[in-house]
Amino acid sequence: MAFFTPSTNPAPPLKIALAGNPNSGKSTLFNLLTGLRQKTGNFPGVTVDLHLGTFRTNSHLKIEVIDLPGTYSLFPKSLDEQLTTDVLCDKNHKQHPSLTLVVADSTNLKRSLYLCTQLIDIGMPVILVLNMIDIAQRRTIVIDEEKLSLMLGVSVLSVNSKSGAGMDKLKKAIETFVPYSPKPLVDLKEISSDNWVDLQTHLGAKTPFDALVKYVNSNDSLQEKSAIFEQKQSEKISLQTNESIARFKLSEKLVLACVSYPLREINSLTKTLDNWFTHKIWGFIIFLFILFCIFQCIFTFSELPMEWIENLFVWLSNSVEKALPPGILNDILTKGILAGLGGVVVFIPQIAFLFAFIAILEDSGYMARVSFIMDKAMRKFGLNGKSIIPLISGAACAVPAIMGTRTISNSKERLITILVIPLMSCSARIPVYTLLISLVVPNVRVLGLLNMQGIVLMALYLIGFLSALGAAFLLKYFVKTKEKSYFIMELPIYRVPQVKQVIMVIYDKVRMFVYEAGKIIVAISVILWLMASYAPGNAMQKIDEKYALEKERYSPEEIDHLKASDKLEASYAGIAGKFIEPIIAPLGFDWKIGISLVTSFAAREVFVGTMATIYSIGSDADELSVREKMKEARNPTTGQPVYTLAVGFSLMIFYAFALQCMSTIAVVYRETGGYKWPLIQLLFLSALAYCSSFVVYHVLQ
Amino acid sequence: MAEILLSDLKVGEQGTVHHFNDQFIALKLMEMGCLPGEKIKVERFAPMGDPIAISVAGYSLSLRKNEAAMVVLQKS
Repeated sequence: MAFFTPSTNPAPPLKIALAGNPNSGKSTLFNLLTGLRQKTGNFPGVTVDLHLGTFRTNSHLKIEVIDLPGTYSLFPKSLDEQLTTDVLCDKNHKQHPSLTLVVADSTNLKRSLYLCTQLIDIGMPVILVLNMIDIAQRRTIVIDEEKLSLMLGVSVLSVNSKSGAGMDKLKKAIETFVPYSPKPLVDLKEISSDNWVDLQTHLGAKTPFDALVKYVNSNDSLQEKSAIFEQKQSEKISLQTNESIARFKLSEKLVLACVSYPLREINSLTKTLDNWFTHKIWGFIIFLFILFCIFQCIFTFSELPMEWIENLFVWLSNSVEKALPPGILNDILTKGILAGLGGVVVFIPQIAFLFAFIAILEDSGYMARVSFIMDKAMRKFGLNGKSIIPLISGAACAVPAIMGTRTISNSKERLITILVIPLMSCSARIPVYTLLISLVVPNVRVLGLLNMQGIVLMALYLIGFLSALGAAFLLKYFVKTKEKSYFIMELPIYRVPQVKQVIMVIYDKVRMFVYEAGKIIVAISVILWLMASYAPGNAMQKIDEKYALEKERYSPEEIDHLKASDKLEASYAGIAGKFIEPIIAPLGFDWKIGISLVTSFAAREVFVGTMATIYSIGSDADELSVREKMKEARNPTTGQPVYTLAVGFSLMIFYAFALQCMSTIAVVYRETGGYKWPLIQLLFLSALAYCSSFVVYHVLQ
Repeated sequence: MAEILLSDLKVGEQGTVHHFNDQFIALKLMEMGCLPGEKIKVERFAPMGDPIAISVAGYSLSLRKNEAAMVVLQKS
């Protein structure tokens, strides 16, 4: 471009960043640039994921791209905005780019120019990318790119990230980019009377405005330490106010000079849809209907792939067992690692489908409306309209759901959302619920249409949701914050969701689940397997000897199963189960259930497998035979069935409330930055589970 | 021209932003383009009467009623 004199050996930027307002089509452009050559980075110390990717220019130069969380300014208000500011302003940050593409929504240029000029003024080399130019053209908005480029002193290009038009030019501009220092646009005298040049040297800032940004974003402890800060008279908040006004004046000037708007046209489709989606009655009915359809689809669609995955792991396990010589390594691989891995992978279809639907709803703009209609109700429970999406996600898996709370800017509302998410019934509870329901609830039709078992399952989901709200209501009084809660949010226009975007979200959430939850589930599975396979002293040997004498009485298969059952009882896991029996007896649970509660800590669905082993039918038995065995189980002293209605419901309620999931504890630890909240959460949910089960057991008995 | 709070407008009514009574809300709104001098139109209320949706500077924004009470408009 005209202002960069190409040097003889143009060095391309190694790293470029994409920055822009939310809903500016930044992620679409990122996907278009990098294709599938991308990964998500999670950086130590920060809890926000960054998307990294690479692409090659026409002359095969490799360029690294980083997609930053959407933001309106360099003064962050939430955790993800914080990261954007850190990466862009801290030149020592690992991801600090040498060039930033500011992605602007062409239909709403003024706001994008605000961020763009901020970046120019901190001394960041910028290319302004006018995105969604097709929509602008359709609305007959004309932007004089050349004039805008002259006035800003940076390159301005237009692209259509949907069709890919303009991408070649953009890649060329990146390729021929030469590092330079941009000329500041806003006169700091308009903002404050302080001398920012002093602070610039003191802070090692690139420009006086960079110093101002660093000052406003610095925390108070830093200020006390630094004498030079005391010389600054201006209050941070008035600095920001003056800055906003001065900068928007500039943006206004730029827009007036370079953009010609047609008469204001209202997006009629968005208006019509909003009339329905935010309607007093229809709004809620449509939302509930959509939720109903989503859950119906998830269960129907994921049944088959889940079956394939289960079969695959049975086959894998059998093959490994045969291929390797019998022994401890073989057992660890098949019964520890492969079993744990299978338990992780089997949930991928459900999680993928739920997040596919959530992504479609978010990308289309509908989720913003759900937050809008739900905000007032959610606020009564100490939550935020934005809490609704993580809560629904919790119905798949709490781990990605908790990570999804980062968009909630108020720390109290975010914390409460995190604390109550585990009460939503996640996928791992379904196998437990279905087993117990089929055990104690008769399979009959009520009112002609509805199935009794189905009603109980739905009631369990409802209990999860209602208890989440109830817990939030209580927590509201215990969690304190000085921050103000606010709900200033853009309601984007409706648009057709982009397939690529949806695929990226699915990939992202499944990745979170596999890496965050998966590694813990596998690790605990191995530990639990060890606990279940070893016993103090020579107890195991004795069992072997005992059954060696009974070869005539049973078939070899029966002996295997009886042996496994006896061994589990004698093992460390069995000892643990018996140890907690006195504690759980008031809930109607015996030591066998105790073992299952212990092993469930890897993931709740392990309950089913443990039950199978305890009732000596081989751990790979199907659900039907586990159920039959459990039905036959008698209490040795009274001779009465163990799994009565009271025990069944007590157990279901226990599973609905208890925080039996190490992965969730681990992710809460990471997201809240300490042991305090996961510990409180564990104690609170355990107490809730214990008391509720106690009540249910004694009422039904 | 009379001054009125954004929270007191009814659906369909318009006004021009004059000033803000809360600095934090002001900052957040201003960086989203809702500055003194901009025209605001109340588009709709959420089913329970709160939050409200407004159109300002060519796009749609939602904010709570207590936040809207910090925005002082000149009614037009």
